[in-house]
Amino acid sequence: MKFTEFRNTERDLYLFQVRIGIAGAAVMVAFAMLFARFIYLQVIQHDYYHTKAEDNRISIVPITPNRGNIVDRNGVVLARNYSAYTLEIAPGKVTDIEKTINELSTIIDVRPSDRSRFKRLLIEAKGAETLPIRARLSDEEVARFAANRYRFPGVDIRARLFRQYPFGELASHAMGYIGRINDRDLTWIEEQDLESNYKGTDHIGKTGLEQKYERELHGTTGYEQVEVDAAGRGVRTLSRTAPTSGNNLVLTLDLTLQEVVETAFGNRRGALVAIEPSTGGVLAFVSKPGFDPNLFVDGIDPVSWDELNTSLDRPLNNRALTGVYPPGSTFKPYMALAALETGKRTPSQAIFDPGHFDFGGRRFRDDKVGGHGMVDMYKSIVVSCDTYYYTLANDLGIENISRFIGQFGFGARTGIDMEGEGIGVLPSIEWKTRRFRRPDQQKWYAGETISVGIGQGYNAYTPLQLAVAMATLANNGVMFKPHLVKYIENVNTGERRFVEPQPLKTIPMKQENIDVIKRALAGVNIEGTGARAFAKAEYTSGGKTGTSQVIAIKAGEKYSESRTAERHRDHALFIAFAPLEAPKIALAVLVENAGFGATAAAPIARMVLDYYLLGKKPVKPATADEAASDGG
Amino acid sequence: MFERALHRITAPIDGTLLAIVGGVVLLGLITLFSASYENPGRFSAQFANLGLAFIVMLVASQIPPQTLMRFAPPAYLVGLLLLIAVALFGDVRNGARRWLSLGITSIQPSEIMKIAMPLMLAWYFHKREAVLRMHDYAIAAFLLAVPTLLIARQPDLGTALLVAAAGCYVIFLAGLSWKVIIGLGAGALASAPFLWGMLHDYQRKRILTLLDPGEDPLGAGYHIIQSTIAVGSGGFTGKGWLNGTQTHLEFIPERSTDFIFAVYSEEFGLIGNMLLLTLYLALIARGLVIAANAPTFFSRLLAGAIVLTFFTYAFVNMGMVSGILPVVGVPLPLVSYGGTALVTLSFGIGVLMSVQSNRKLVQT
Repeated sequence: MKFTEFRNTERDLYLFQVRIGIAGAAVMVAFAMLFARFIYLQVIQHDYYHTKAEDNRISIVPITPNRGNIVDRNGVVLARNYSAYTLEIAPGKVTDIEKTINELSTIIDVRPSDRSRFKRLLIEAKGAETLPIRARLSDEEVARFAANRYRFPGVDIRARLFRQYPFGELASHAMGYIGRINDRDLTWIEEQDLESNYKGTDHIGKTGLEQKYERELHGTTGYEQVEVDAAGRGVRTLSRTAPTSGNNLVLTLDLTLQEVVETAFGNRRGALVAIEPSTGGVLAFVSKPGFDPNLFVDGIDPVSWDELNTSLDRPLNNRALTGVYPPGSTFKPYMALAALETGKRTPSQAIFDPGHFDFGGRRFRDDKVGGHGMVDMYKSIVVSCDTYYYTLANDLGIENISRFIGQFGFGARTGIDMEGEGIGVLPSIEWKTRRFRRPDQQKWYAGETISVGIGQGYNAYTPLQLAVAMATLANNGVMFKPHLVKYIENVNTGERRFVEPQPLKTIPMKQENIDVIKRALAGVNIEGTGARAFAKAEYTSGGKTGTSQVIAIKAGEKYSESRTAERHRDHALFIAFAPLEAPKIALAVLVENAGFGATAAAPIARMVLDYYLLGKKPVKPATADEAASDGG
Repeated sequence: MFERALHRITAPIDGTLLAIVGGVVLLGLITLFSASYENPGRFSAQFANLGLAFIVMLVASQIPPQTLMRFAPPAYLVGLLLLIAVALFGDVRNGARRWLSLGITSIQPSEIMKIAMPLMLAWYFHKREAVLRMHDYAIAAFLLAVPTLLIARQPDLGTALLVAAAGCYVIFLAGLSWKVIIGLGAGALASAPFLWGMLHDYQRKRILTLLDPGEDPLGAGYHIIQSTIAVGSGGFTGKGWLNGTQTHLEFIPERSTDFIFAVYSEEFGLIGNMLLLTLYLALIARGLVIAANAPTFFSRLLAGAIVLTFFTYAFVNMGMVSGILPVVGVPLPLVSYGGTALVTLSFGIGVLMSVQSNRKLVQT
């Protein structure tokens, strides 16, 4: 009994030890698994995890470069940057944005316009990490937020550079503006392969020079390698590649001249482009009304946006660049030149103007009731005789007209350094065939040529084209590509890259013919339709008035300014250059719905020339209200 | 007189075991110093924990196994009642009902079960040693299942796992027949889908996360991804003490408690891991030897279960941190910051020492 019990105990112990042995073996297997795992992670996959840890630890932070400044030809700064604090929300880190904004507004003034602008940004700038809810915080607001910062995870204050246009509306259409990068801009950035250079960049040029010279102005983004903790806070900087500031743009534009023009326009709508004929440099580039480009920098608030967009004055419309208008009588000098060059007229050849021209059973009226009597080429330009050009157009035919006129750049892009240039319409049989579908519409009628002769009908050009044509004529047929940038300045090296004047072509013309036209244009300002505006001018000049019809006037009906609604009134035009010998400036000015060119447009041209040639600033803005009966 | 008293106290202490434990504790302190850089209070607090743990170990080592056996049923009963009390009036912390408020202090009764469970089962098998039948195993399984389920429901999967493991080890060491073990294993596999249905969402998520941590890199997968990166980037020699970037840039969550192994592994690399594995293995080996040589069924089973539970701590924790086991709240034994687990573990080690020092005593 005792023996068996002992044996049992012995056997129990043996069985237990076997189990302990099995457990020990299991422990060994388990630890071997762990060891294998450690070898896998720490030896075989070490490089992979090392990279992972480094990626965790090191964050590449882009350093946005300073955008280049834009200055006028005399060094006046038109666009610059300044540093200010913004309050920014990271939409990805905030669960209830509405609530956060409400709470923020208890310590910082958040206006309804800020809210609606933020909502707009939220939709537009999907990829952005942070979006501004308030810009330009005061020092007091910065301090107040800093004290309450713990309450607002995902909200922070950032010091940022802001674009500023110190002159606001002045030259706004030339400057354009920058705005936050949207989907369309992103596509452009990708197309241009600029993604890496735009990592930290929030803004991009949207219109005008800001857009055209985006690549020059932007600069090269710098990089900082920062060691960050799990929360993304920078712990220390490991290395730094400094950004390179964008280049400055120095314009051919003369801001004071620009100001003279914009003041002269007052509240009227229109455009003026002034060019240096011998270089193509643009001296003034005006489209009225303008807008305040500063509104766009942080994303425009919907109220201002609606205002700008729905205004009947269409302030966002760059009239100088994209607006197309019939040239009216400013077309006549080129018609006359065409006549001389083709031999259809000699300067002294005169016609009798009874006050109208009858063609195909239709009566084309002259401006002056009863007519101008005997009219030669000089007089036709000086008094702006329509009948002379009705007959001339008929004699030349549409093909001759469009071939010759086209040489001056009418109906074609000038190639100015801005995006979105308008083309306009240079009338020709080919154009009409292209323009219309139905065969009866496609046909060119001889009667239509008659209207083209006085710059009406199928005939529409941008003010820029009119200015370039004037400059080309002033320059005796040598056409320069218009440009707004004089040179591009590298901020770091001081190196200047000049925009070389680029002669586009020399129109083959006899100098004696050009001189005939120039003499007639001079006559306009001495004894013709421009004489009143250019009375007592202390320099020689050439000019031509024009009136461009907004709505077609039925044959046989007399245009009456008083009867026509304001918006349906004719546009006033004036083209000019000065001085006669070696012209320094050529311009085209258009005043919308202002009636006759002589009264509304010519005085503005006079102010431009007075300032540019003599340095005289006008005492009071030009007004269109002076009674005058000179023809257009 | 004093010398004799001192001798009486130190006599049961197993030098080998103490040396190994000392080694692990030292590594733990070094690592904790680095892991708690932003909260240096933890480092000094851990000294207090260690002091308490040492006293607990000393005390446990003085208690002969026979005395322990006497306390087994009451300890189990108290533990069970407290678990029921927790389920009824426990405090909810971090979404789990684990704590019982006792006015001045709070206790976590599940922790008591880590010791009470193997005690109870060892006691039961010891009592039934001569007449051990199949139904005894079933009763043991029942004694095991009730507290385990109560703990799992708190929910505290880590502790439930450790308690269940401790009980299972006793049953296994008591000689459950292989047929039944294999049968149960097959049954467990078959009922896996059913068990899956019983898990909480977050528990399922943890298991799924283990299979594919990349699926939710900032959510459930974050712990595993970051600790795996820490371990892997440590490489062969490690980044050096205090130089772990994952640690010091706060990428490792719970870095002084459950995930302290990621810190250790990042800073000391594969060499460090081998050292720690060796120390753990030595401790387990020593414990198994003690169990194998224990004089009574009770002390054998108890010692064996304690050692294997210790192993479970180490394996589950390191497996979790290195991404081969799901995330369960199991600390790295003797290394993780925190007093509770440390005290429980050192009590177990004290018991081992007691078993070792009482091996030549007369058998019952």
